[in-house]
Amino acid sequence: MHELSIAQALVEQVEAAAAKEHALRVVRVVITVGALSGVEPEALSSLFPLVAEGTVAAGADLAIERVAARVKCRACGREAQTDAAFIGCAACGSKDVELSAGRELNIKSIELEIDGK
Amino acid sequence: MCKDCGCGLDPNVHSHDGHVHSHEHSQGQNHTHPHEHPHEHPHGQVAPAAGETRTVELQLKILSRNDEQAERNRAWLKEHGVVAVNLISSPGSGKTYLLERTLEGLRGKVSCAVITGDQRTDNDARRLQGKGAPVRQIETINSCHLDAEQVGRLLPEVAGEGVKLLFIENVGNLVCPSAFDLGESFKIALLSTTEGEDKPVKYPTLFSSAPVAVLTKMDLVPHLDWNAAACRANLRQVRPGVFIFELSAKTGLGMEAWLDYLSKLTE
Repeated sequence: MHELSIAQALVEQVEAAAAKEHALRVVRVVITVGALSGVEPEALSSLFPLVAEGTVAAGADLAIERVAARVKCRACGREAQTDAAFIGCAACGSKDVELSAGRELNIKSIELEIDGK
Repeated sequence: MCKDCGCGLDPNVHSHDGHVHSHEHSQGQNHTHPHEHPHEHPHGQVAPAAGETRTVELQLKILSRNDEQAERNRAWLKEHGVVAVNLISSPGSGKTYLLERTLEGLRGKVSCAVITGDQRTDNDARRLQGKGAPVRQIETINSCHLDAEQVGRLLPEVAGEGVKLLFIENVGNLVCPSAFDLGESFKIALLSTTEGEDKPVKYPTLFSSAPVAVLTKMDLVPHLDWNAAACRANLRQVRPGVFIFELSAKTGLGMEAWLDYLSKLTE
């Protein structure tokens, strides 16, 4: 499963960000996963704790915000959500569209526990 | 913690994604319980924060490391005047065979090179040797896709010296490669006639990312119940405006148009 490579990349990014803030540990990680990102959110949330074990991100809560596929229509100019398998303009039915959302695979934010003193 | 699904040590029934398995808990009791998962969260113990907490906005791509390397690859290719195409398809669709005939067809006309990836063996690299193009094999061992770092390491040795067209033959896989930018100019999706007509709608993430599709093994059509119009319609549904080639590397059908297109890419 390539979600493993993605979980590893995620933990590496979180570790780097936590180190920059001199954090004691990571409490929560919020990520955005687009409908066309090629990533299965459930697989990622199962793998994350395994990969995070032994790191500063161990025990962190992983919150996943799903982003729907959206397109901007070149024919009628409107922007709307679209079905990932039937990409097209919901308003006029044109297939001449540009993807405006749906491929995201981002770390939105992390919540860190910093020195209690 | 269960190494199969990452669930915690809580012996109560909890949710996962519809699968059932048994595992030992720390107390040594084996039991089986069902899992369904209504929403995502890990089952490790989340300890309350003892000290002060701070939320940091990152807005970073998870695969930024791969993407950054892909951009470096892209810059290198541009600097050296190389067009790179990332060939993606299921295993057995005919990528290597098409490349064999393509290298032969372009020999002496367009300076080509190939990077080919598989989990194991250098079988593909061996088949592609002796056709006038430098070839390198990447053995991914466990990985199901090529990544930018693997490709980046090989670029100077395989695509330097006046190479104009680099073929990157990805690991046969219709799912994962689409998530990993390699720095290519664009992706080309291959689909063989023996795979039916509906792969594009079954694997939209991949087919929607390829502006060019090649239908291979067209010589087998008389032996199949394959519907060309339906296949083209499915490709266009997920990628409006997709440029479709229909060919048989074996008989040569449609190869002239394909080779001509590749030559024009490098002019």
